[in-house]
Amino acid sequence: MKLLIKNGTLPGLGVCDLLAEDGVIAKIEKDIACQDAQVVDATGLTVLPGMVDLHCHLRDPGYEYKEDIVSGTRAAAAGGFTSVCCMANTNPVNDNAVVTAYIVHKAETSGSGVHVYPIGALSHGLKGETMAEIGDMAKAGAVAISDDGKPVMNAHLMRLAMEYGAAFGMTVFDHCEDINLVNKGVMNEGYNSTLLGLRGTTRAAEEVQIARDIVLSETLNLPVHICHVSTKGGVELIRQAKARGVKVTAETAPHYLAGTDDMVVSYSAATRVNPPLRLAADQEALIQGLCDGTLDAIATDHAPHHRDEKEVEYNLAASGISGFETAFALCIETLVHAHHMTLEDFVRVACTNPARIIGKNCGELKVGKDADIILADLNQEWCVDSRKFLSKGKNTPFHGRMVHGRVKETYVGGKRIYRDED
Amino acid sequence: MAFKHKDLLSLRDVEREEIEMILSTADSMWQLLDSPTKKTAHLQGKSIVTLFYENSTRTRMSFELASKYMSSASANISASASSVQKGETLIDTGRTLDRMGTDVIIIRHPMSGAPHLLASHVNAAVINAGDGVNEHPTQALLDMFTIKRHLGRLNGLKVAIVGDVMHSRVARSNIFGLHTMGAEVALCAPPTLMPVKMEELGVKTYTRVEEAVEGADVVMGLRIQKERQEEGNFPSLREYSNYFGINSERLKYAKPGALVMHPGPMNRGVELTSDVADGEQSVINEQVRSGVAVRMALLYLLTRKGVQ
Repeated sequence: MKLLIKNGTLPGLGVCDLLAEDGVIAKIEKDIACQDAQVVDATGLTVLPGMVDLHCHLRDPGYEYKEDIVSGTRAAAAGGFTSVCCMANTNPVNDNAVVTAYIVHKAETSGSGVHVYPIGALSHGLKGETMAEIGDMAKAGAVAISDDGKPVMNAHLMRLAMEYGAAFGMTVFDHCEDINLVNKGVMNEGYNSTLLGLRGTTRAAEEVQIARDIVLSETLNLPVHICHVSTKGGVELIRQAKARGVKVTAETAPHYLAGTDDMVVSYSAATRVNPPLRLAADQEALIQGLCDGTLDAIATDHAPHHRDEKEVEYNLAASGISGFETAFALCIETLVHAHHMTLEDFVRVACTNPARIIGKNCGELKVGKDADIILADLNQEWCVDSRKFLSKGKNTPFHGRMVHGRVKETYVGGKRIYRDED
Repeated sequence: MAFKHKDLLSLRDVEREEIEMILSTADSMWQLLDSPTKKTAHLQGKSIVTLFYENSTRTRMSFELASKYMSSASANISASASSVQKGETLIDTGRTLDRMGTDVIIIRHPMSGAPHLLASHVNAAVINAGDGVNEHPTQALLDMFTIKRHLGRLNGLKVAIVGDVMHSRVARSNIFGLHTMGAEVALCAPPTLMPVKMEELGVKTYTRVEEAVEGADVVMGLRIQKERQEEGNFPSLREYSNYFGINSERLKYAKPGALVMHPGPMNRGVELTSDVADGEQSVINEQVRSGVAVRMALLYLLTRKGVQ
């Protein structure tokens, strides 16, 4: 099976054609001729590698009322993702090979075609006490380990997981928040929390844990991946660590680039997320971190919730933002349209680096790489309307925002899995 | 001029003219409380519901008496704090009350922002009677009413507020209201009970009571709750009262004749020593009476909308 994408604009190459054969990129040249290929006219569109999301929640098994693998992977495809890594806080928890295999199998048989790579639990039941069966999960298809929303407070357990996981090529992805310092906070601690009378979480809660993980990584000379960095101080800790050669990688999320705690002023629970939305100075630092390589990747932390879990008091609302379908536009706007980085830089943080972190042969438009590709209109203006999300999770603080940049078509292995009907 | 808002959720967005209108309306209500037959027909045909998710004696009683003196139909709903999480959702409860024809819902809730959520889903006017650690606007209004009755004005006064500022919705509403009225606010608390960036609200903050009350026209104590000690915010009530309690020695730093206030309920010997609480400068008992007058004024203003 062959796919020929004609006249699209490739980052750094200008207008080119791209030929995919047997699921792999076979040729990138001007004016490719091929008789037996399916031809797609990409005139006026930008051709990019499919995005690789290191961090999402597909809620399946157990919380299918929030999202399932079918709706989640359809939403991912619509958002321009061709590979997603799903966290382990399902029910039952993905802390064993049976659940891992279920996720992999369901994604292969009834998903949209997006690759789903499970992230196994670090500890049994996400309880932070004893290590889960990391070797078994790796064999079943898991690509990393994490207790994500349940921060690992026991530093010794973290050490053990980093050491043991390394034997199976499993890096710890850590959600860095010291839960004692969080102290039931529901938003960023600062002027707005004081103004609103909502309990704030000090940024130190995140930075203390990032510092701890860096020290462990440096001491053991083992890799660690820091999830959704949201603070300026966090970026600086990672920058210094990388300068010393520590094997730390890190991601941030689109909502930290595009949102601040000013959005909480209406008490809208759509803004509740962990770590919380921060300040303009943090946004600048995160963007700088992505530009200079301190932060390796953008990951959505797509966290769909049911309407009933958000239309409640702020303190009671579930934390998380449905992120797949806004990620591309929010990142293109805040990074590329705002002239902080080139499109090639964007590809590096949205596709190439995350693919490298999980060791997959995708995330680049190069001969021999998987033909996981998106066609996008970088300038199309559209209004975020969560009612139109393919995700079951309509929870986004960006509902109603005018944005620029839209994914038009998504291909996995040279096969089209999504086309924008709007 | 009429009261502009559908609800009273916060004093942050209530303008000076509106506060003045509430206070002058409360003046008339105060007269009524002094009359032998405390009854008007202002709220005849209106229904008022108090929806309290937290225990309260004086605030609830104050609203209830205010509505009864004005001839409304009133009902009280007590929901336990646990029903916030396990019972009917706040929005559903609000819709139910709406359909029953409720004109005003007075809500107290342990979580900040809950009255705002309710107000955006009901037609009834919503009065915030205390939400989490956010605001308690009617308490601030009655405090301002009391101050004005005694000192004749609010503009240019210095009000010192001493105690657990972090968990005090009273402090927050007073800061917003007093600023709007041109008064200056000084706060004093242990650093562990002072929210961050408080100065950005335009107040001065202190850790020594003497400095905070220096030259003050009003000295207000805030209730300290035992749970805050259990949470580790200060070592002991004993040490708290030693360093942050208002006693007659510390009161001397304020202006002669400065008013002593407390929103109640008071922990005698902790926030205020008894000689101060019961002393000549104390208007604590009068605050309670002001509360009824101010709440009558508010119910009147909020239900009168659209009548003109």
